[in-house]
Amino acid sequence: MPPAVEVINVARRFGAVQALAGVDLAVAEGEFFGLLGPNGAGKTTLISILAGLTRADTGTARVLGHDVVRDYRNSRRKLGVVPQELVFDPFFTVRETLAIQSGYFGLRRNDAWIDEILHHLDLTAKANANMRSLSGGMKRRVLVGQALVHKPPVIILDEPTAGVDVELRQSLWGFIRKLNRDGHTIILTTHYLEEAEALCGRIAMLKAGKVVALDTTQALLSRFAGLTVRLVAERVPAAWQARVLRQEAGIFFLGLDRYADLEALLAALRIEGIAIGELALQETDLEHVFLRIMGGDTAGRAAALAPTDALA
Amino acid sequence: MGIAGAGWPTLLYKELLRFWKVSFQTVAAPVLTALLYLLIFSHVLERNVSVFDGRVRYTEFLVPGLIMMSVLQNAFANSSSSLMQSKMNGNLIFVLLPPLSPLDLYVAYIGGAMVRGLVVGLGVFLVTLYFAPSLLAMPHPFWALAFALLGSAILGTLGLIAAIAADKFDQVSAFQNFIIVPLTFLSGVFYSIHSLPPFWQSVSHVNPFFYMIDGFRYGFFGLSDVPPAMSLAVVGACCLGLSAFTLVLLHRGWRLRA
Repeated sequence: MPPAVEVINVARRFGAVQALAGVDLAVAEGEFFGLLGPNGAGKTTLISILAGLTRADTGTARVLGHDVVRDYRNSRRKLGVVPQELVFDPFFTVRETLAIQSGYFGLRRNDAWIDEILHHLDLTAKANANMRSLSGGMKRRVLVGQALVHKPPVIILDEPTAGVDVELRQSLWGFIRKLNRDGHTIILTTHYLEEAEALCGRIAMLKAGKVVALDTTQALLSRFAGLTVRLVAERVPAAWQARVLRQEAGIFFLGLDRYADLEALLAALRIEGIAIGELALQETDLEHVFLRIMGGDTAGRAAALAPTDALA
Repeated sequence: MGIAGAGWPTLLYKELLRFWKVSFQTVAAPVLTALLYLLIFSHVLERNVSVFDGRVRYTEFLVPGLIMMSVLQNAFANSSSSLMQSKMNGNLIFVLLPPLSPLDLYVAYIGGAMVRGLVVGLGVFLVTLYFAPSLLAMPHPFWALAFALLGSAILGTLGLIAAIAADKFDQVSAFQNFIIVPLTFLSGVFYSIHSLPPFWQSVSHVNPFFYMIDGFRYGFFGLSDVPPAMSLAVVGACCLGLSAFTLVLLHRGWRLRA
């Protein structure tokens, strides 16, 4: 059984920018996979290559075993993509938009499934409204619907909840979780790391066109297991400088390996006469993992790249 | 769910629906423009211009030229504006994501352009019949139809090329204003090239638009400046060449698939 998505040594350059610098990735069927990285890391380029919107300079990409260039008809039939940009065709109604998209895939009698999509995305009441008259959140849902008209086994969502209100985000995730339970492979990029942590079974982190971490969400969290101290003070003790994960306006985030380290930190603060404004302990979350990996934490990166994941 | 077939009929349907939803602007307006040309030019020139050695009234001569001009301009306008709007709005992605082949895209966009051109041309024909009813008795309707089909296909293709190449709307307008409009106006829409000085007659012979209009006119009068078979050969060759070129562009994804 071929992987849902397979990317082998894919590179792509735009002028002076190396958008992707040799990416290898495999996503198994039925996975809920997260693709994370800062802006410009290459996430959208990678998705565009899988969707056939952009061509790779080198390397191979396949969707369920179908090469995205040589066998594009089959690879595109297997793939549904929700693009990042909120685009729509102002000439048509919601139902027309979905029916036309379905027809592009050669499915011209697809009304039952279109009705179901409208129902699940809470768009039935707006079925005959022109796209122009919809709110941003509704347009976003239509984009999700367009990606699903041909019942693709693999669905890629490129930041689907950007700018979407909390209530809609929850209902959207409920629907996408259901699709995943029904057997669809989901690949998701998002800026909301708590979303990725809650939804994705496995995560790849991209930085400057390279995969810098690839593991199950649980393993990534446990690699950086430990605690984070949120400290409000005018400075941190000299010996603790190296433990600062990040710093924002008088607030320091320090990484601790175990609770016992807290005693040492408090002692160091007392010895150096640093007054504690506030102090709070936090469990490691994906955001900390992300920041440590993106910050170039070499120990973390080496650990994160260790081939422990099932597919590597 | 229906059985998966080809996607291009839906893209063609979308192209037709797109212009039909704004038909006041895409069909009625160009028919009115052609009618104004007819009223003004025939009023001014009817008594002063002799065509085909006086065998045809100027108004009758003008009508097929105006029909063909409308067919050509609207075919160009349809494919260029449709693709350009999709590029600018970003909704071209809906066409690029499905398994549509370069030929699918070509057939649908050009089909839409041809239908728009022919619908407008038919509208101009019906409206102008009042001024030149004798045109109904055209001796060679299939010649006229062949040139209308080929001409609209060529201009639809040029519109597609212009929109593929352009980054902005004004680049498409420039293509239209500096290439399409001059070639159309200098092709003999309003005059017979036999009325031109010899130098300009020979210049007209390198303008492919001249053959489209001259061949189309042959269908109405059985008279033309050059033999219709020669016009058909020139126009057919242009159509094939441009189509092949456009298919190569679509196959490479030039400016459409980054």
